[in-house]
Amino acid sequence: MKTSLRLLVLAAFAAAPLSLRAENVAITGDTVYTMAGAPLKNGVVLIRDGKIEAVGPADSVKIPADFRVLKAAVVTPGLIDAHATVGLSGLLNQPQDQDMWERSAPMQPELRAIDAYNAKDPLVAWVRSYGVTTVNTGHAPTALISGQTMIVKTLGREADEDVINPAAMTSVTLGRNGLTVVEGVPGAGGPSAAKPPGTRAKAVAMLRDELIKAQEYAHKREAKDEAKRPGRDLRLEAVLRALDGSQPFLVTVNRQQDIISALRLAREFKLKIILDGCADAPLVINEIKASGFPVIVHPTMQRSYEDMENLSVETAGRLHAAGIPIALQSSYEAYVPKTRVVLFEAAVAAANGLGFEPALASITIDAAKLLNIADRTGSLEKGKDGDVALYDGDPFEYTSHCVGTVINGQVFADGPH
Amino acid sequence: MPYRPLSGMALLCALAVGLCAQEKPQAFTNAQIIPIAGEPIAHGVLVVQGGKILAVGAVGQVKLPAGTQVHDVTGQVLMPGLIDSHSHIGAGTGGDGSAPIQPDARVLDSLDVRDASIQKARAGGITAVNVMPGSGHLISGQTLYLKLRTARTIDDLLIKLPDGSNAGGLKMANGTNSIKAAPFPGTRAKSAALVREQYIKAQEYRDKIKRANGDPDKMPPRDLALEELVEVLDGKRIVQNHTHRHDDILTVLRLSKEFGFKVVLHHVSEGWKVADEIAAAHVPCSVIMIDSPGGKLETRDADWRTPAILEKAGVLVGFHTDDPICDSRRFLRSAAYAVRAGMTRKGALEGMTIANAKILGLEARTGSLEVGKDADFILLSGDPLSVYTHVEQTWVEGKKVFDLSNPEDHLYAVGGVGAGDSRRAQLCCFTSAWDLIMAANEGGNQ
Repeated sequence: MKTSLRLLVLAAFAAAPLSLRAENVAITGDTVYTMAGAPLKNGVVLIRDGKIEAVGPADSVKIPADFRVLKAAVVTPGLIDAHATVGLSGLLNQPQDQDMWERSAPMQPELRAIDAYNAKDPLVAWVRSYGVTTVNTGHAPTALISGQTMIVKTLGREADEDVINPAAMTSVTLGRNGLTVVEGVPGAGGPSAAKPPGTRAKAVAMLRDELIKAQEYAHKREAKDEAKRPGRDLRLEAVLRALDGSQPFLVTVNRQQDIISALRLAREFKLKIILDGCADAPLVINEIKASGFPVIVHPTMQRSYEDMENLSVETAGRLHAAGIPIALQSSYEAYVPKTRVVLFEAAVAAANGLGFEPALASITIDAAKLLNIADRTGSLEKGKDGDVALYDGDPFEYTSHCVGTVINGQVFADGPH
Repeated sequence: MPYRPLSGMALLCALAVGLCAQEKPQAFTNAQIIPIAGEPIAHGVLVVQGGKILAVGAVGQVKLPAGTQVHDVTGQVLMPGLIDSHSHIGAGTGGDGSAPIQPDARVLDSLDVRDASIQKARAGGITAVNVMPGSGHLISGQTLYLKLRTARTIDDLLIKLPDGSNAGGLKMANGTNSIKAAPFPGTRAKSAALVREQYIKAQEYRDKIKRANGDPDKMPPRDLALEELVEVLDGKRIVQNHTHRHDDILTVLRLSKEFGFKVVLHHVSEGWKVADEIAAAHVPCSVIMIDSPGGKLETRDADWRTPAILEKAGVLVGFHTDDPICDSRRFLRSAAYAVRAGMTRKGALEGMTIANAKILGLEARTGSLEVGKDADFILLSGDPLSVYTHVEQTWVEGKKVFDLSNPEDHLYAVGGVGAGDSRRAQLCCFTSAWDLIMAANEGGNQ
């Protein structure tokens, strides 16, 4: 990589103090992957008041004199991590910073990520320093229903300021990880509904029961006689939003029988779900394709044990080749690394069958479509948020650096990472 | 007369050497060679025979012996086999929960050589490895240095030292991993005190043996634990010490100085804070590269710049996977991320090879491509530090142990149904792993 260019970029960052607000910024790149059409050689992205004002080749986009100019070898849309726990599973891994797993009951769809997200956890800044600008984060794939996810920009201010969608999905986990152990919690082992499932069949039975309860609740809520309507139930309201599709289930499944169970459940309740993990996806690829559901594929480098024993670095590529919509993710780590970096996961997928542009799409525009935020971010197009990642070479190369991240026009100069 | 398995082994080895001597030389030509010892060779040839390197140099300058079998590896990069100085492949174990200090426990007595993790390590280009017991003890047992030859039993993987013993180190740890409920220590000072007490016992044990001067009546009773510590005191066994925090690192240096043992610092998350002290003590470091800091309090300040900072301070730096913490198949990422954070390319590649050979005391036989060393090498599809590069072949002592073009090896390299199976179940009623994935790929579900 041309050192001079990197120095230029660093100089550009060093020249101005870290801004806390959106700036008017022009970003020029030797190659600009807009993810909306072919890559631009010598491209320019103009950001005014936090939004993209223009994108095009340098000779067609005039940079206003008062715009701050950033230069990089490679420019991409800000990266999107389609499923993370960052902000809930904190860096220290001590009880006070671990909010991704509430162990008191196996099904708690009423738990909201926004009530737990710590925008200032160092790992939020860590993923941002590699170009990640948006994450779908929340309760981890641990309990049968562990809670809700939120879509948030990695601005690091406060949850309410940074949020795009405070209630994006609800996390459901089938298979071994869904067979939660309720540990040392007062009341555990009390009412039967609070007991975790011990087997796969029991887990699905409990989920079906919960869905049916929610349907009945919806029916009763519409009773003509107001006096006969039940009181509000946060838990069933969340399940109802999965039933009406406004806040779908994010179903983490890895074994092939669990993938099939998820599809069976979706058919029975006419659910639109997002499949997640799917280590065994190659075994049931036809069924997944026929369902039409997208897959947030397990981290490419996730450890292969237990339900994930069969995972392959080639799965993302195979699902993409089959025409199944995919996105990549950092998922949840209980130990080290405390968070994965979705850029690295996409890099290994790119090198193992997915290919460069589909891999980049899986952490930009395809992830944005899957998360229903493509009107806001995911590509460099006029009118979208000014979310950009800058690199001094191929973003996937181990030895390239992210030399800057821009979110809503705000420039983060965390140094070359 | 007691059964003496070693005699049988010796006979087999003698036979094997005889066979080796008759093997044809093999040449790998037209490769870009990174010999580690010396500058890269753009258009090189490596000649091996009998498990050893016969010649390495530029094409045209190396004369091939008559009858050489030639492999044209145009377009590939050939470098020494990678050495992982800290791994847990093979599902080995060390001491149990009964005590914090158990130098008598040997990984040797626990390793499953058919575990999938070992074939995955070969797929990552690893040819030699230090398999360690865990870090939950002050001293968790004897580690084992292995060559990843094709193996049926553990004996096929051992590295024999000139005195006939098995090459290996002693695993020690400090910091929070070995602090727990009694009989384990509850604090750092207690941890160090327990270790000092044990080494002083070992010194006294050694002195008794010396004083006995060969008289069996004056010899102390055998003590398996103290025997191992005496080996450490005598410099025959290197201490491989898990340590993260800067003060824990300094404690290791202090103990090593007091008892004069050779030590290698492992993980060294905060090594960057005490790089000069490490350099002054002439103690090598084996660094782990994790995708993010944290995950435990001691690694809050872990930083990818550690290898670069240690290198600049003059410390010998190697890398390790700590598999399964990092995947052996992606071991080359460690070097690449160190370069990303400022380490020299030369230093990073040495950290995967010759530096780790030195860390294990094996530099005379492996770690670089030099005449007379073991023929341990890998063939790569491109630059070793590129994400797009694949390990195509792994050779240990002149024998191929991994070939990406072989479907079974490919399965272990990329994963998939069967890649986690430690044993291929074929004799009874199981479909083989490979049959399963082929059926999945090409059968009814296409």
